[in-house]
Amino acid sequence: MFVLPRNVKFLAYALVLAGAVGLAIGFTQDPVAEAGHDAHGTAAVADHHNDHAAVADAHGDHAVDAHADTAGAHAEEVPADTAVHAAGAPTDHHGPSESHEAVAAHGDAHTAHGDAEMHDAHHVDQSGNRPWSALLVNSIFFLSLGIGATFFLAIQYVAQVGWSAGLTRVFEAVSLWVIVPLLVILVIAIAGLNHVHGIWHWMHEGIMDVNSPNYDEIIAGKSGYLNGPFFIARLVAYIVIWFGGAYLLRKNSLAEDALPKGQNLWKKQRSLSAVFLVLYAVTSSTSAWDIIMSIDAHWYSTLFGWYTFAGMFVTSIVALNLIVIYLRLGGHLPWINANHQHDLGKFMFAFSIFWTYLWFSQYMLIWYANIPEEVTYYMARFGEYKPYLITMVVLNFLVPFLLLVSRDAKRILGFISLASFFVLVGHWMDHYIMIMPGSVGMGYGFGAAEIGGFLFFSGLFILVVGRNLGAAPLKQHNHPMLKESELFHQ
Amino acid sequence: MHYESPVREPLVLGNKTYHDITLDVVRPVESTAPKAWWIAFSIALAMFLWGVGAILWTIANGIGSWGLNKTVGWAWDITNFVWWVGIGHAGTLISAVLLLFRQKWRMSINRSAEAMTIFSVIQAGLFPVIHMGRVWVAYFVLPIPNQFGSLWVNFNSPLLWDVFALSTYLSVSTVFWYVGLIPDFAMIRDRAINPIQKHIYRILSFGWGGKAKHWQRFEEVSLVLAGLATPLVLSVHTIVSMDFATSVIPGWHTTIFPPYFVAGAIFSGFAMVQTLLIIVRKLFKMEDYITIQHIEMMNIIIMVTGSIVGVAYITELFIAYYSGVEYEQYAFLNRATGPYWWAYWSMMTCNVFSPQFMWSKKLRTNLVFTFIISIVVNIGMWFERFVIIVTSLHRDYLPSSWAMFSPSSIDIAFYMGTIGFFFVLFLLYARTFPVIAQAELKTILKSSGESQKKHHTEDDHAHH
Repeated sequence: MFVLPRNVKFLAYALVLAGAVGLAIGFTQDPVAEAGHDAHGTAAVADHHNDHAAVADAHGDHAVDAHADTAGAHAEEVPADTAVHAAGAPTDHHGPSESHEAVAAHGDAHTAHGDAEMHDAHHVDQSGNRPWSALLVNSIFFLSLGIGATFFLAIQYVAQVGWSAGLTRVFEAVSLWVIVPLLVILVIAIAGLNHVHGIWHWMHEGIMDVNSPNYDEIIAGKSGYLNGPFFIARLVAYIVIWFGGAYLLRKNSLAEDALPKGQNLWKKQRSLSAVFLVLYAVTSSTSAWDIIMSIDAHWYSTLFGWYTFAGMFVTSIVALNLIVIYLRLGGHLPWINANHQHDLGKFMFAFSIFWTYLWFSQYMLIWYANIPEEVTYYMARFGEYKPYLITMVVLNFLVPFLLLVSRDAKRILGFISLASFFVLVGHWMDHYIMIMPGSVGMGYGFGAAEIGGFLFFSGLFILVVGRNLGAAPLKQHNHPMLKESELFHQ
Repeated sequence: MHYESPVREPLVLGNKTYHDITLDVVRPVESTAPKAWWIAFSIALAMFLWGVGAILWTIANGIGSWGLNKTVGWAWDITNFVWWVGIGHAGTLISAVLLLFRQKWRMSINRSAEAMTIFSVIQAGLFPVIHMGRVWVAYFVLPIPNQFGSLWVNFNSPLLWDVFALSTYLSVSTVFWYVGLIPDFAMIRDRAINPIQKHIYRILSFGWGGKAKHWQRFEEVSLVLAGLATPLVLSVHTIVSMDFATSVIPGWHTTIFPPYFVAGAIFSGFAMVQTLLIIVRKLFKMEDYITIQHIEMMNIIIMVTGSIVGVAYITELFIAYYSGVEYEQYAFLNRATGPYWWAYWSMMTCNVFSPQFMWSKKLRTNLVFTFIISIVVNIGMWFERFVIIVTSLHRDYLPSSWAMFSPSSIDIAFYMGTIGFFFVLFLLYARTFPVIAQAELKTILKSSGESQKKHHTEDDHAHH
């Protein structure tokens, strides 16, 4: 039986502790005092889905120019105080991304309308979101490790995979981890609904109330889906389905060990996996809309769910590669050799490309069509977040592609580990770029909360997965494909 | 030899030897055509000629002979184009992706699936070429250095990307198909008695000698081609989807299009493979090679891809609501309840509901039911393209420009003609080519043949 070595355990506790301290610092710092709080720029949203909306992207250093352009083009149409407010935006570095779009409608009817409707952004201080956003980024990143492994495990059963039968226990150990980040996300969501923080724009006070100064017509139109009770109900459903799937697959797998030699629960596992995959096919998309896409509450993209899924899956495969390497080096998996590692490496290689395909599809189509409703999303990400966005794509595509394209590289532990490291960093950054622009806008950074959150989850991950690995033999000896896996070569 | 778990079902039924496989595969090539073949060929040829007539009529009289109008400037032709390209996806998926995933069951079906791919891409290509009007200058779509002055292809246009994507796909698929055929042509060559036939197959088999070095190169090139062809499986329909998704037309511009079109293409491609192979296995008595398990596997792929397409439909509907953009919302409402509601609901029924029957083991192993569903799916996928293309166009921004589309007799003849052409090619192929990749199939006989497998299981028990 596997036992987490004492020094690793010690390291994990140290990580948890250091992470907790980092988070504590992040949460107790007063970002408002630091930032000067007259808050974010103005989002004058005047019926911007109606008619010809002109988007003045006033963000980052380009804000002044961009604004000047808009002012020039629509001088007679932009209401005076909108112009004043928008001009104020560049001096403020803590506005939400949406405040960077001063949207001025120039249909006459709508201009009048826009004036009346204009509101002074949504009054929740965005810089106060910083520690919560940092926690959310890390929760999502670590969630991907667990849910990706559960998905992969289920695929092994439904597709009757042979080579991986000697690795199922590792997949199980990681899949059970899914509950920890899910619970943290639930806490973040409850805190958001109680206005402790304002990560999710649509949770802001009065945003769906016509009489409130915070009223936002577009967001109010989504109230059928984006509302507190339904949101919490969906999160609970994810916990039940995802953790339930991981738990039942593990339970049957352990029960199979107790059966006499030659008997197995393979058929049962296959049906269970099929049911899980159907439910996951729906919840993987809805969860991405809920937890991540609704942060930029105006924005939408039909591909977003699948894109998020691809990123999560690849992150998980990378983590599984590293864990398998660690266990092999420790001599815990003598029945696993370079052939199995090669296959895991192929998945990392192939799905890194698949992720890039979806990233590019979403980006390119939005860039090409250049519709104001959509393109704002990339305005921020290709504006103040540009260096991170480009680094992220390089890490997630070019690095694994070049490092792992050759056959031999996928069989050399050093190459896989190197590629894994870069891809993990890349996907952490991807989640960061998905979450931060909409929740903290310009006030982003890598401080105590971001680093602390990462260390905290890393420590917990090592402890939980280490415990799960040690809870059962690492070989599922009644698995009908086990001999195929042991004799596997390519 | 690869060890195979006893829980896996055999892929070659009966007590077959290598020689049995040779005889079974070569039989249609060496025997004279049955009457059924001649009847089918005559019908296909008649349809093809009908289509040729329509094409000539179009070239002589112009695109005005089609049912297009100012509002719906793209309809029948592009629907058929996308439909045929989609069908052409299963072949490369089976031969390349399933090769990379080490799926042995692909070996009895890959040859016909690849043939189908190539023939359907040819049909697809006809539509945009004829739609150009002056087909004799069709080569203008290629970015060749020219003396036409400033005339140059528009690299910003997804239609040009289509030219590259399709021609790459067609050429790689053809090479892939042909490389696999070489050892099989050599087998026919070695058996041929008629000197003319022997000579033809000698040329076709490129001097294949079956030496270890030949096999090594054969395997190497297969793997390299599989690696090249896998991104092509995704890229072709991705780019076809961009013909629509790069626009700003509600119902067309949606980011999910690339992967969703690919899933739909694989879905329809497998349905067409299913239709063809159920006939082939019956006519050529290939039941021991194209087993019920093969049919079942393909049905599962149809079910999975159909469900992915279903998730995409629901995602589009949901995001239309969620976006709050009234044009988007109207586009989808109009699809479901507007004048083309019947097309929308045909699509939904055929593509999303009908594959769900395949959850039942009893139904997915039933040949008659499978055959019906495979045709239903292809009808549904035709309607999908029709719905996407026509319903998004027919309600123009100005109500005074609203219009309906109905195909002219030339449109119908052209479409039927491509079906005829497709079957002409497929029927000729079935008589002259080995319809099963026998050389490859022989490599798995020891591990996956029924009687051989029984043997292993007994051995297994003896050892323990």
